[in-house]
Amino acid sequence: MFVTPGYAQETAPAEGEAHTQGGTRPEGEAHPVGEAHPALEGHTEQGAEHGGGVFPPFDPSSFPSQILWLAITFGLFYLFLKKVVLPRIGGILEVRSDRIAQDLEQAARMKGEADAAVAAYEQELAEAKGNANAIGQKARDGARADADAERKRVEATLEEKLAAAEANIASIKAKAMNEVGTIAEDTAAEIVRSLVGGADKAAVAAAVKAARG
Amino acid sequence: MANDPIHQFQIAKLIPIEIGGMDFSFTNSSLFMVATVAATGAFLYLTTSSRGLIPSRLQSLSEMSYEFVANMLRDAAGSHGMKFFPMVFSLFMFVLVANLLGLFPYFFTVTSHIIVTFALALLVIGTVVVYGFMKHGFGFLKLFVPQGVPGILVPLVVLIEVISFLSRPISLSVRLFANMLAGHITLKVFAGFVTSLSGLGAVGVAGAILPLAMTVAITALEFLVAFLQAYVFAVLTCMYLNDALHPGH
Repeated sequence: MFVTPGYAQETAPAEGEAHTQGGTRPEGEAHPVGEAHPALEGHTEQGAEHGGGVFPPFDPSSFPSQILWLAITFGLFYLFLKKVVLPRIGGILEVRSDRIAQDLEQAARMKGEADAAVAAYEQELAEAKGNANAIGQKARDGARADADAERKRVEATLEEKLAAAEANIASIKAKAMNEVGTIAEDTAAEIVRSLVGGADKAAVAAAVKAARG
Repeated sequence: MANDPIHQFQIAKLIPIEIGGMDFSFTNSSLFMVATVAATGAFLYLTTSSRGLIPSRLQSLSEMSYEFVANMLRDAAGSHGMKFFPMVFSLFMFVLVANLLGLFPYFFTVTSHIIVTFALALLVIGTVVVYGFMKHGFGFLKLFVPQGVPGILVPLVVLIEVISFLSRPISLSVRLFANMLAGHITLKVFAGFVTSLSGLGAVGVAGAILPLAMTVAITALEFLVAFLQAYVFAVLTCMYLNDALHPGH
């Protein structure tokens, strides 16, 4: 339908003239389609100046119709968009952003739970490690205490034995010394007797005593 | 005749309607406004009908356009600006789809008519003015008196600010309109070279390769411009709305 005016350039003038004559319009208001053509061929501006063929976008005769139909179509368009389309698209976007926010929130909550689980696990691990250390330490301390006690006991017995041995040695030594005195007296008395033929026992003992010093 | 680059902007009456001596005919322009609105509305409605938590490709296209405009508005006008979101989104989608539809051969480009872009720009500026006075009363006029200007310069600055404010609807509408108009004319002229050159025989066909390549390149550029102009229109709308929300900035 709208292709026809584009194709019908040759027939347009006749139609246009028919309109103009039929309509008896005031001068300059309407010289539509038809009369524009002869003037327009390569002389647009000149034509417009002479008013014979008004440049279509500046032709005031078409203004009321265009304004009216623009008001009708744009008004309906505006109402349709405002009442139907825009609330719907806005709703879709809102639902989506709500859903995304909700999902993010859930993800954050789950992450929090996972973090808490990790923290609990780590705490338990740390506790277990602490327990293990404490047990190990106790065992080590116990073993060391036992070893110390054992060592002290062994040392004490050794000490005791050593003391006993030393005492023994001392008594033996003392006894031996005493015996050395008696032997010396006897020997000296014997020597004296064999030399002199008799000896005063007491004098010999005193001499030995003096010699031993 | 076939190469007339202006013909594509002709308004053709499809259903003549006349009320009180005014011509309100349903024209090819009206048809493409309806097509733009119907295609955009249907696309946005149908692609989001499943309300998928995980969007399909087409649903994510709708969502992307929503978030694109929402971020644009929030960046420019803050979260208070979101009450204008339906308007900015409607404007952006309408201009974008009208621009893109216009790139199809034989399709009419709604935004190539100054009256359409001017009406949209007036809607924006009208909203700014009405909301600005409703919200701030005469405090809205602080918009024209920037803070920190030396006393002597105030009248001059106010004059400049007023002129700049008044030129906004014009610059907003002319920018979009002129981009669309110029792009389509250029495209048509280069495409016209292709057809007229290729009518001249073998040499002409060889010579037509260059304009054909240009046509392809300009078509790509026009897709960029179609998006960019819709974006610019929406961004400027956001910035003007920011003035209405926070005039004393």
